[in-house]
Amino acid sequence: MIAATVSSGVVVLVGAVFLAASVEMVEALTIVLAVGHTRGWRSALEGTGAGLVVLTALVALFGPALVRVPLDVLRLVVGGVLLVFGMQWLRKAILRASGLKARHDEDAAYRAAVAELERAPAAQRDHVAFVMAFKGVFLEGLEVVVTVLTLGTSAHRLGLAATTAGVAIVVVGVVGVVVARQLSQVPENAMKMTVGILLVSYGTFWTGEGLKVHWPGSDTMLLGLAVIYLAATWAAIGLLRSRRGGAVEVAA
Amino acid sequence: MSRPSLPVRLLRGFGRFWYDFLVGDTPELFVATLVIIGVVALLSLRAHANGLAVVALPVLAILALGLSVGRAARRR
Repeated sequence: MIAATVSSGVVVLVGAVFLAASVEMVEALTIVLAVGHTRGWRSALEGTGAGLVVLTALVALFGPALVRVPLDVLRLVVGGVLLVFGMQWLRKAILRASGLKARHDEDAAYRAAVAELERAPAAQRDHVAFVMAFKGVFLEGLEVVVTVLTLGTSAHRLGLAATTAGVAIVVVGVVGVVVARQLSQVPENAMKMTVGILLVSYGTFWTGEGLKVHWPGSDTMLLGLAVIYLAATWAAIGLLRSRRGGAVEVAA
Repeated sequence: MSRPSLPVRLLRGFGRFWYDFLVGDTPELFVATLVIIGVVALLSLRAHANGLAVVALPVLAILALGLSVGRAARRR
């Protein structure tokens, strides 16, 4: 029973962190590849390195501090943050799946980044390329850091969450470098919907824990919540599609 | 007009990140989360109605999500 309870919590944690980190890594890598191919790899890699250094410093600064916060307060705050963040992801995923919002397209993102870079004048020390790579890595990475810190500290599994994110980043990085500009093949929209469902489930669970709600089945309820939100997501998509006459319009 | 100092810029950037992260273009979801926390706190901590709190939390979250999606759908 204990093993089953622990494993369901771990499975949801690992799944949520892995998918969230993968999605953000795909987006960051698209920007870095666009910078590298267009303006040269030196500034692209310098910007990437600088972004990773700042993110590492943030984790080192805030990680230990978060562990010292009383658990109920931490779970309530983390639950609230995850609930808002997860609902934002899920809302976008529902609108995209029902054809009301353009699907995220890495090819289009790549073309937009290249167009922006080509407008900027070339220089020996490529400030534009450095800043663009830095911002891409830092901003997408910051979302991974928030996800890892909030999920990891609440579940008392910060090491596992950080390792999972690291594995996801390495896997996407290696695959991305090997296939280079084929990142559009990654099923990013489906992954975002799954992450949204998992984040809302975690947000609901930790908000309840922070407010002394006793969940039936303890940690196993996380899977139950994921099923409830999955059903609600399907229902919402079905309703929106039927209202639009079943026509799914996907803009790039 | 002089440029703000580095600490001020960092602080502003930090505030802007959290505003975009939590509120962004969906302020209704941020407000809804505060309402959900308030309602569940009343049910759980004041009324000691654990069963109601267990049901209310996901139901209110789905309701908030539905209202936000509906709002977006009407605007498109």
